Amino acid sequence: MWSQTIRRLSTSALTRVRHPKLRRSTHYATLTDKDVSFFERLLSSGRTITNPDECLPFNIDYIKSCQGQSQLVLRPKTVDEVQAILRYCNEHQLAVCPQSGNTGLSGGSVPVFDEIILSLRLLNSIGNFDENSGVLTTDAGCVLEKLDTHVRQYGHIMPIDLGAKGSCLIGGNVATNAGGLRVVRFGSLRSAVLGLEVVLPDGSLLDCLTSIRKDNTGIDLKQPFIGSEGILGIVTRVALACPSLMSGVGLGFFACSSFEQILSTMRLARKICGETLSAIEFLDESTYNLSLKYLQRTNKPIESNKFYILIETMSSTDEQAKATLEKLATTALEKEFVTDGTLAQDLTQYKDIWAIRERVSDALVADGYVFKYDFSLPTSRMYKLVEETEERMKQFSNVGNVTGFGHLGDQNLHLNVTVKDGYSDDIKQALEPWLYEWVAKEHGSVSAEHGLGLHKSKYLELNKGKHSLELMKQMKHMFDPKCILNPYKVLPYKID
Amino acid sequence: MAIRILVGVKRAIDYAVKVQVKTDKSGVVTEGVKHSMNPFDEIAVEEAIRLKEKKVAQEVIALSCGPAQCQETLRTALALGADRAIHVEVTGKDYEMLQPLAISKLIAAVAKKENVDLVLLGKLAIDDDSNQTGQMVAGLLSWPQAVFASKVDIKDKTAEVMREIDGGSETLRVKLPAVITSDLRLNQPRFANLPSIQKAKKKPMAKMSPKDLGVDIKPHQEYLSYEEPPKRQGGGRVASVDELISKLKEKGLI
Repeated sequence: MWSQTIRRLSTSALTRVRHPKLRRSTHYATLTDKDVSFFERLLSSGRTITNPDECLPFNIDYIKSCQGQSQLVLRPKTVDEVQAILRYCNEHQLAVCPQSGNTGLSGGSVPVFDEIILSLRLLNSIGNFDENSGVLTTDAGCVLEKLDTHVRQYGHIMPIDLGAKGSCLIGGNVATNAGGLRVVRFGSLRSAVLGLEVVLPDGSLLDCLTSIRKDNTGIDLKQPFIGSEGILGIVTRVALACPSLMSGVGLGFFACSSFEQILSTMRLARKICGETLSAIEFLDESTYNLSLKYLQRTNKPIESNKFYILIETMSSTDEQAKATLEKLATTALEKEFVTDGTLAQDLTQYKDIWAIRERVSDALVADGYVFKYDFSLPTSRMYKLVEETEERMKQFSNVGNVTGFGHLGDQNLHLNVTVKDGYSDDIKQALEPWLYEWVAKEHGSVSAEHGLGLHKSKYLELNKGKHSLELMKQMKHMFDPKCILNPYKVLPYKID
Repeated sequence: MAIRILVGVKRAIDYAVKVQVKTDKSGVVTEGVKHSMNPFDEIAVEEAIRLKEKKVAQEVIALSCGPAQCQETLRTALALGADRAIHVEVTGKDYEMLQPLAISKLIAAVAKKENVDLVLLGKLAIDDDSNQTGQMVAGLLSWPQAVFASKVDIKDKTAEVMREIDGGSETLRVKLPAVITSDLRLNQPRFANLPSIQKAKKKPMAKMSPKDLGVDIKPHQEYLSYEEPPKRQGGGRVASVDELISKLKEKGLI
């Protein structure tokens, strides 16, 4: 409880202080009283925030890695208001930082300097669900968990599920092509987005909000916006295809003595659980121990070991979901792939076991400053990187934990290093660019699902090459010639 | 001499499920709804297993009364460490109308038949919240009872039980054989581990009927209707103390 209070009160160092090489571009105007009056007239009562204390939470990101200095937070309630805001900012060359749930992990959701924050949180009417097509049309500011509860009434679920579901908004999920726990079953969010309504940087509205599944007519204009992290336009409404609710669920949690055994278990799960497989996650020992410590769990679900794998099955009946999982458990034990395990016996155990994986981000923040990395790597090489990082960190006495965990089924490793007494530049230099170069050599991705935001934009060329980067810049210029939307992020920013 | 324990486990609607009342008010929706072991029974099983681990008990028998699905619940008890299971089969309308008195008679009959030293039950089931079975079993067997246990110590055929009561706790000493029912703070149940889950499949499960035990399970109570609790009315806000006073006067409260 006390540690939670400390966490809430603590802030981060200002981004401009931590990244001295970044400079505010002279291209942008500075906010004047005249501007503030315009916005106060546009947005009625209390939806324009100028008080510095009230602006503070909007200026800091979820993992406290950056803090901007915005002096103005705008909270539009309608698409018209969003359009009016952008029209004005475009005309007056004011930089805007669009903000959804502010749960992003790459520093992309908060201002770098004094960009105006445009919060989508009040664009939150849930909209229509078509029972025949399973398509949900909704405002960008709706909380993911609320949408999930809503479509469950109709026997459907949201196509993504992530640890931040209670706080993240669907607009931000789409803008970052959020991944999450069920990609292995439902694919990426991109495949579920059927339509988008986007406000472009000049204030004009791009209506691609079809809610039909098939539409091969011309160039699919909504695609670039998915995963664009707010640099091309602001998503205001989304049409999503929602999968059917599977009432049968099974959850197995197993311990293995080596990463090879984890991989053997994963391959076995694919074979035995087949179409019922819905999640494959792994954690290493330090992740598991940190998570249990944070959750204050004295009751260990299984005997400790070096690695842990979580397998979830979903089917139309409980019997089917549990049957494939039990067969997996028996076989994995016989073949000695796993040394111990447990199968959730009721919903409470199901939630408790999932919490061990879902609350890892919180557990890490409680352990100190977190250097967070999210890589796609060939599965067999994934843990080698964690081991080499551990070796490299041995020289620093203030390193807390080097942890590896993630979406094993998607070849996605989350590598996190915690530092006991706050941010350390020395440790940062030891980790970057070494980690990114290691990943680039393996032809992986420098950011599997967390996006580039502020922290990783400089590694875009390493991952995609010069030519792709050029074309991306041209597209950015086409949509946002005045470059007012979410500047300094995603595409590498050259200091003039 | 190590004792023998009979633990009762009930298959109830899962604690995390949002219960819905049927539109005809005849009951709650159970079709397609997740069921699992009553959480208080999980605690009772855990206590029995711990007594076995302490070598105070030599055998733990799990018992459940109901339809075929109860065998799943019994398998969970076996996976947690019980040695064998007894399924008293009651199906259909008989099961719908199965009430605490009938269940108590069944448990008492099995306890006598198996000649156990201790009957451990959950203090109540989260579906009907009756909190009667443990007490009635003790009455039927003329055994001492210690209900709402938050701590159990057994030595030389005597149990020292700390009970949760209004205003604090009370410690009782009872001679075995006795009936003890578990309260929330008695222990934190373990997770069933894989090797135990595998072993459980081979442990013996006996099936019998109420008739085999010579018990008449005829219900003595009729349930007239089930309704949801009244929806909570929203509060209102007042702008001043004077307004508060006038509103209170309006409602005849002052």
